[in-house]
Amino acid sequence: MIIHHPLLGPRDSAEFTYLGDANLIDRPDWQDKKAADKFYEYQYLRNNPAGEHQELWYHEAGDRSWLVVTRNTVTHEITKVELARDVARARGRSK
Amino acid sequence: MRVTGKNSGRYSGLRVIKEALTGHRGWKPAWRDPEPQKEYDIIIVGGGGHGLATAHYLASKFNITSVAVIEKGWIGGGNVGRNTTIIRSNYLLDGNEPFYEFSLKLWEGLEQDVNYNAMVSQRGILNLIHTDGQRDAYRRRGNAMLLNGADAELLSAEQVRAECPFLNFDNNRFPIKGGLAQRRGGTVRHDAVAWGYARSADSFGVDIIQNCEATGFRIKNGKCSGVETSKGFIGAKKVGVAVAGNSGKVMSMAGMRLPIESHVLQAFVSEGLKPIIPGVVTFGAGHFYVSQSDKGGLVFGGDIDGYNSYAQRGNLPVVEDVCEGGMALMPMIGRARLLRMWGGIMDMSMDGSPIIDKTGIEGLYFNGGWCYGGFKATPGSGWVFAHLLANDEPHQTATELRFDRFQRGYMIDEKGSGAQPNLH
Ligand SMILES: Cc1cc2nc3c(=O)[nH]c(=O)nc-3n(C[C@H](O)[C@H](O)[C@H](O)COP(=O)(O)OP(=O)(O)OC[C@H]3O[C@@H](n4cnc5c(N)ncnc54)[C@H](O)[C@@H]3O)c2cc1C
Repeated sequence: MIIHHPLLGPRDSAEFTYLGDANLIDRPDWQDKKAADKFYEYQYLRNNPAGEHQELWYHEAGDRSWLVVTRNTVTHEITKVELARDVARARGRSK
Repeated sequence: MRVTGKNSGRYSGLRVIKEALTGHRGWKPAWRDPEPQKEYDIIIVGGGGHGLATAHYLASKFNITSVAVIEKGWIGGGNVGRNTTIIRSNYLLDGNEPFYEFSLKLWEGLEQDVNYNAMVSQRGILNLIHTDGQRDAYRRRGNAMLLNGADAELLSAEQVRAECPFLNFDNNRFPIKGGLAQRRGGTVRHDAVAWGYARSADSFGVDIIQNCEATGFRIKNGKCSGVETSKGFIGAKKVGVAVAGNSGKVMSMAGMRLPIESHVLQAFVSEGLKPIIPGVVTFGAGHFYVSQSDKGGLVFGGDIDGYNSYAQRGNLPVVEDVCEGGMALMPMIGRARLLRMWGGIMDMSMDGSPIIDKTGIEGLYFNGGWCYGGFKATPGSGWVFAHLLANDEPHQTATELRFDRFQRGYMIDEKGSGAQPNLH
């Protein structure tokens, strides 16, 4: 698979390590009354769809940036690659 | 009651001779091809090894024969026909080892039980040791195996050399310092396992319905009363799901999210060679394992590709990685040509161990999270799942294989790598 890095252009997926579902950006609030339940869901449960999937890839053998890759899990086709930083900020994180 | 002979007759050496002498006109299809009935006591979704074994044990051990196995494709087309056929019970943890040893004992009597030649071959499995720390870890593992009634033997480098002289013993980075052997481990002809269980279950009256995809569950007031399928609705008092790599997709139709990700694992077979590898050998310094099939092909594999996938094929970086592992361990493999490779979809769980449990929905039961090691579990999983479906109580070897272990903090994490499925 070739990942089109927003800054570096086309890169072989072998340069990256894979973390998983991009929902891992949305870490729950530890002070929430239901924090224990929310952390359980955050840590252990996955949608695991057959089809479009947003996921976190880390450019370990490159510029060490985190990317959010939109990829089809049935065809392996990649349709969108964003910097995870931009995605997280758009979701109101890391202000 | 069992009516062997009703469909395909009893198989035996004598029968082979008789059929050979009479032009092979007496063979019949090994199982019927029935249309679904309106209702069953139990529907099993998924005609892989685990689903078919469950049906066989439900009928033969728990006297429940109003059973259908529904399979979206053909039986044996999933992972049961795609794996590298290794069986073993060399686990460390209490939640796992009794279960896998129970399964290995069932393999030892499988062919007589189902009257089918599955080529169960206890040619042994050898895990190589490359460092002193690894020797300590394997000694501990071997002792855990012995405590659970399994066999284990710690070998010196000399003993390993006597059995596998072709290995790269004096590699500067990964010298081979010994091994942990389980002599009762080995290989089994994988598709024969699916066919043998199917034929046996069928002979008890179980309906095996192929080309019948589950498309939804009928759930009302928290109770499941049957399955919507591509052949219409089929009612059931209980539904057991055993769909391996498709677990996430199928259970989402019941509104459930699972502690599971689907990943692709590749396998490789070389051209046929003369007998060279005595049993199963696993590299301890990288991820590579190899055995030799009875046809002579070297059957080998390594890591999963490492990203979510429902495609039954992988990518080239892992091909390279696996072959590098092979070259590091046994350089002679570089002379063999690769004949075939393929992929299968693994239900990778969050701690690397399986789940056989009720769900929060009454009448709906789940069997999955097998990762890359569920073939060896096939007989045990079938028996234990049948036990759960029949008695609503977990089998004694499966009391820890529950959904709630993640929330309660009782993970069964053999590798200690945490909730990161691509590291298990
Ligand atoms: C390359 C590879 C190597 C492996 N090597 C080993 C090994 O050496 N040793 C070992 O122990 N394990 C190994 N495994 C793992 C092992 O094969 C699996 O864990 C095990 O086969 C899973 O159980 P199963 O046989 O029931 O799965 P499957 O055979 O995959 O059965 C699941 C069935 O469910 C069906 N299904 C899915 N969705 C639906 C639906 N909606 N409706 C109806 N049916 C549906 C599928 O078509 C499939 O036939 C390996 C796997 C792979 C891919």
